[in-house]
Amino acid sequence: MADLAMALDTPVRPAQTPRRIAPVRNTGDRIFFAGTRLGAIAVVGVIGCVGTFLAVRAAPALAVAKLHFLTTQAWEPDIHDFGVAGVLSGTVLIALVALIVATPISLGLALFISEIAPEKVRRVLISLVDLMAAVPSVVYALWGLEFFEGRVVGVARWLATWAGWFPLFHVHSATTDSSLGTATTYSASIFVVGLVVSLMVMPIQCSVMREAFSQAPLGEREGAYALGGSRWGMITSVVLPFGRGGIVGGTMLGLGRALGETIVVYLIISSSYGINWHILQSGGNSISSLIALQHGDADSFGIAALMAAGLTLFALTLVVNLVASAIISRSRSGAQSEV
Amino acid sequence: MALLDPPRTGPPPVVSLAARQVRRRTGGIRPARVFDLVGAGIAALCVAWLVFGRVAALSGPLGFVVVAFVVFVVVHAVLVSLHEDRIATRDAIMTTLLSAFGFVAFGVLALVVGFTLWRGRSALVHSNFYTQDMSKAGPLAPLTVGGAGHAVVGTLWMIGIALVLSVPLGLVCAVYLDQSRTRFARLVRTIVEAMTALPTILAGLFIYAAWILTLGYQQSGLAAALALSIMMLPYMIRTSDLVLRLVPQSLREASDALGAPTWRTVWHVVLPTARSGLTTAVILATARGIGEASPVLLTAGFTSYLNLDPVHGPMVSLPLLALELVASGQPSYVARGFGCAALLLLVILTLFAVARIIGGYGPGRQSPRQQRRAARASARDVARYAAQGGVR
Repeated sequence: MADLAMALDTPVRPAQTPRRIAPVRNTGDRIFFAGTRLGAIAVVGVIGCVGTFLAVRAAPALAVAKLHFLTTQAWEPDIHDFGVAGVLSGTVLIALVALIVATPISLGLALFISEIAPEKVRRVLISLVDLMAAVPSVVYALWGLEFFEGRVVGVARWLATWAGWFPLFHVHSATTDSSLGTATTYSASIFVVGLVVSLMVMPIQCSVMREAFSQAPLGEREGAYALGGSRWGMITSVVLPFGRGGIVGGTMLGLGRALGETIVVYLIISSSYGINWHILQSGGNSISSLIALQHGDADSFGIAALMAAGLTLFALTLVVNLVASAIISRSRSGAQSEV
Repeated sequence: MALLDPPRTGPPPVVSLAARQVRRRTGGIRPARVFDLVGAGIAALCVAWLVFGRVAALSGPLGFVVVAFVVFVVVHAVLVSLHEDRIATRDAIMTTLLSAFGFVAFGVLALVVGFTLWRGRSALVHSNFYTQDMSKAGPLAPLTVGGAGHAVVGTLWMIGIALVLSVPLGLVCAVYLDQSRTRFARLVRTIVEAMTALPTILAGLFIYAAWILTLGYQQSGLAAALALSIMMLPYMIRTSDLVLRLVPQSLREASDALGAPTWRTVWHVVLPTARSGLTTAVILATARGIGEASPVLLTAGFTSYLNLDPVHGPMVSLPLLALELVASGQPSYVARGFGCAALLLLVILTLFAVARIIGGYGPGRQSPRQQRRAARASARDVARYAAQGGVR
């Protein structure tokens, strides 16, 4: 108030320069801003600590293994023969299977919710997707182990029979034998785990994509309709181009989630530490499941080796997630609500 | 859902001006659309039945569904193309496909939830499941002995401590992101968003490295709670940040214009307006944290005894117990494991129902109860004015 009175009192100068507006902060506000900034710094500090502590604890193992850590296909820390080549490739393969299955479904689901489902049902469907994201991974793991695995063997056998020429779908015992091996050849494989993980990735991808689609401007939608477009025409010409950032970002966020999934892999896969390119065939592992499996009976050097594996996973997911969130936030300009 | 009419395409119908003008229906369900869908559905079922039962030696419910679906899409497209143009036919095909994605996704969700509850029912019906621990229940013990009481207690301790740690810090950080437009705020937002997808086992591994190896504490409920709060923190910040963004700018500006300092605007305008959304954020974060097994796996240890002290001694949570019981492979243990998972699912479903009741209203919109309270308050004001003789 005092500022306003002073501003009115000052005579109008002939050459007007824009008045500098500086926010006046009283003591309460200064405490408030300092406090909230401290909170934000604490959060960033905690997150930074995760990487730092993993790196410090991993140092003894990395000093022994050096660069062989990335190329060795074994996990025998006791005789200093360990590396992440096998588990890293397993992690990436599981994530790729999950992504290839989940991305089209979540794209279709996001379009269904934001464009096709009637207004009344939409909120219910959105909270159902949220629920799907909140179903614990252990529930998906139990379902995958007891229900899904036995039923998907047929699909895996079918793929191996008819698409076995494709290197990833090749199964060793399937080459000459017409019965194509027993059911255990196909169970506990990267393929099965990838399919279960895809269920957990789907809701995350879907909610990011749906959020992007729902922000497509109304004027342009109506413009597409006014030009005689059908609903699908409107989707391809307005919604999909507008939501491209959300599609890419959501897919990558899902990739980050798929790379780090622990419990499903831990419970279902039959663990092996070599590189297994034949995704239909039993065997494989991921970094997170390696940590869960091995931490119990590891000595201090074994723990250091596990920390090194964790550090690899941390770096991998951090890069993927940072790229994803940068893409999403760039596509979310003008997201503030103005009423 | 798919029955809703797409916008009409093609040339408008020729109407003679003399005829009485009839208002054209723009919404609703047209009979032709229903006939197309029903006809295609019947055709699909019949063809699939023929292929599977009579002609080819195919078997399995999955193959049946796939064949039926493909036939349905083709027949439906042909039926629609009989009376619509190419654009409308393509629209009908895509609408069917997108709706199918919806049915597949929600069908799988129903399958997962239903299967878990069904398999868990045999353990859940015994009251000892909620009160006893696993100390006396060997692999051959019947389901009437032993239970998951110790895991329920452990889950409550862990999620309670994790909430006390992560909710205030998360809220403060979200308010900072909401108020600050600096480059640091953008950096924080990016980091937090990236961290929502941090592999949960890394939260456990970090606490193992920092709390147990470096500081020398033992595995306990507290360590597990720390790991859970690190996992929940980014999630809490992200959801409350989204909710705070929905508070209308005009409300904040009105408060600013009345001369309120920023902290009063936040405390009296922004936070109360976003209250229902913030409650939802807390509940959703709770639902996330309560079901996570991998951070607990490394930090809590494992025990079959009831432990009421979160600071000393190993503790177990529901998801961890479910995991260990099913991993053991013993039939009675697997049944108990499914019981734990079903109980966990029921808790999460309840949390979601509560979140939906609380968060069912947008920012600034009042629930019926709030409306009644506001009406009572203004009635009191009227009575007070009348008593003072101030109202004409």
